[in-house]
Amino acid sequence: MQTRMEHSELTENEKMEAFLARIDRGEKIEADDWMPADYRNQLIKLISMHGISEIMGALPEKEWVPKAPTLRRKLAIMAKVQDEMGHGQLLLRVAEDLMAPLGKTREDLMQDLFTGRLKFHNVFHMEAPTWADAGVIGWLVDGAAIITQTMSLDTSYAPYARALHRICAEEKFHAQHGESIVLELAEGTEAQRQMLQESITRWWPSLLMFFGPPENGTITSNQSANMRYKIRSQTNEELRQAFLTKYVPRIFHLGFTLPDETIHFDEASGQWIYQQPDWEAFKLIVKGQGPRSAHRLSLRETSYEDTKWVRDAIMSFGRQAG
Amino acid sequence: MADRVLIETAEQAKQNQEYAQALADLLFQLADDDFILAYRGSEWLGLAPHIEEDVAFSSMSQDMMGHAVMFYEMLESLGLGKADDIAQLREAKDFRNAILVERKNGTGEYNDNPHYDWAYAIVRSYVYGLYKQVRLEALQQSTYVPLAQVSRKMMTEHRYHLMHWQVWLNQLANSTKDARQRLEAAIAKVWQDAGELSDLGPSKEQIVRFGLIAGEEILRQKWLAKTREIFQSAGLNWPGEPGTASERGRAGEHTADLEQAVATLSEVYRIDPAASW
Repeated sequence: MQTRMEHSELTENEKMEAFLARIDRGEKIEADDWMPADYRNQLIKLISMHGISEIMGALPEKEWVPKAPTLRRKLAIMAKVQDEMGHGQLLLRVAEDLMAPLGKTREDLMQDLFTGRLKFHNVFHMEAPTWADAGVIGWLVDGAAIITQTMSLDTSYAPYARALHRICAEEKFHAQHGESIVLELAEGTEAQRQMLQESITRWWPSLLMFFGPPENGTITSNQSANMRYKIRSQTNEELRQAFLTKYVPRIFHLGFTLPDETIHFDEASGQWIYQQPDWEAFKLIVKGQGPRSAHRLSLRETSYEDTKWVRDAIMSFGRQAG
Repeated sequence: MADRVLIETAEQAKQNQEYAQALADLLFQLADDDFILAYRGSEWLGLAPHIEEDVAFSSMSQDMMGHAVMFYEMLESLGLGKADDIAQLREAKDFRNAILVERKNGTGEYNDNPHYDWAYAIVRSYVYGLYKQVRLEALQQSTYVPLAQVSRKMMTEHRYHLMHWQVWLNQLANSTKDARQRLEAAIAKVWQDAGELSDLGPSKEQIVRFGLIAGEEILRQKWLAKTREIFQSAGLNWPGEPGTASERGRAGEHTADLEQAVATLSEVYRIDPAASW
């Protein structure tokens, strides 16, 4: 163990070497530990996007919270969306600690969101026009999130890992909540089944996009940095394949179809073969040009502006009390 | 107190038609108050002043919705239909909530250009919460034992809600001038409707005679005394006697705000109430 004093006498290169050695030994990095700037930046980018996606992700489901069809469903979806906000809070706290040495705060993150610098997940830019979408979001979008987050449970950054452990435990309940809505519709009337089929069809391209573009052998510098630092351990395509393996058979088993007649599991390569979604459209969506991007951003921005006086009041009260 | 006989079960309550009717009338008030205000709370989701508050407010709305569910289930056990049907298939005129809880959160719709008033949210939640506390305390003496039992259960959760709103009220009352003004405007607005909270509705005489809850005047005085004390400790002026809206919610007279709320909250269920959701 080095003491802090000794560590400060090391050159940048030596610090970097020591850091990489820690990573290689599978050690976990804490918020106060020395870390290279690009490690910090990758984490800020990843975690703030994850956190803000949780918060923006509450908005499509929010549309269905007041309308949930039974008292039990009303209670369940309120709890579910509250959890998502809670995840957002947990992750923004982790991001805030990382940003603190750079002099940035949550306020900066919110402003970055409004100006489009900070992106959120493609799925949350999409429309959710029926109750079935509330089910599909819980079942498949949260299902997809569980797959990416489970991969990150072993991330080298300890505060993120701790947050993810809690989040994943709750996400499993969410996926069950979504599955329960979906099963009820799947076993329901013809109209309910049709509502569900339309929702699955609607969400399919977005679900494929969720994991990001396939690498096709060329890993971006971002991804390779993340893998070198053990921030993440699997590629986009590996995650997507895991998702397809888990959910395609279930969707077919329930008697529903996918808007892709070519999709099948190729035994020889051990891979799912499927029709690629429109990756150009994906870029536009995450840039904020999805069907509901402007609406959801404006909802968040308006409420943020409308309640500015409240945050000012809290600050003022804090100053007086302090 | 000649009529003060404890009724242990719904079956027993149903043996006296007049008692069961008075009990149902009261339960509709309790259920609808919590249900509609929880609905208004759920519209705030994602729009609260900061993320921590969003989580806290949502949690309290869930508790309140949970309380409504318990009351609706008691109505179900009295043979008034399925709890889901009671909550979602009645028309606005069949609701017995006070007008205060049905008022919109602000302008716009929850998902379409909402401009919600946080000061109103705090004051309404707190003033209603203070009344609810008095009511839950009184219900603990109810002759209907299941009602006395659930009110004890609700009280534990409800205390935390009151603490939460007290912190907010105190902070906003003692922060910026702007916040103070908004708070006072919200108090004035809440005060126009708040007087109806303690109204026990058209069957008040039977409700009290059967010992289901204490009389209006007792509830009202306790609630006003407590509210006055809270306002004073936050340094707020006492707004005087609370008023009532021109509609009387406890008698089934409601504003267009409730019609909109009922249409929204039952939209999916009404697609096919016979289906399983």
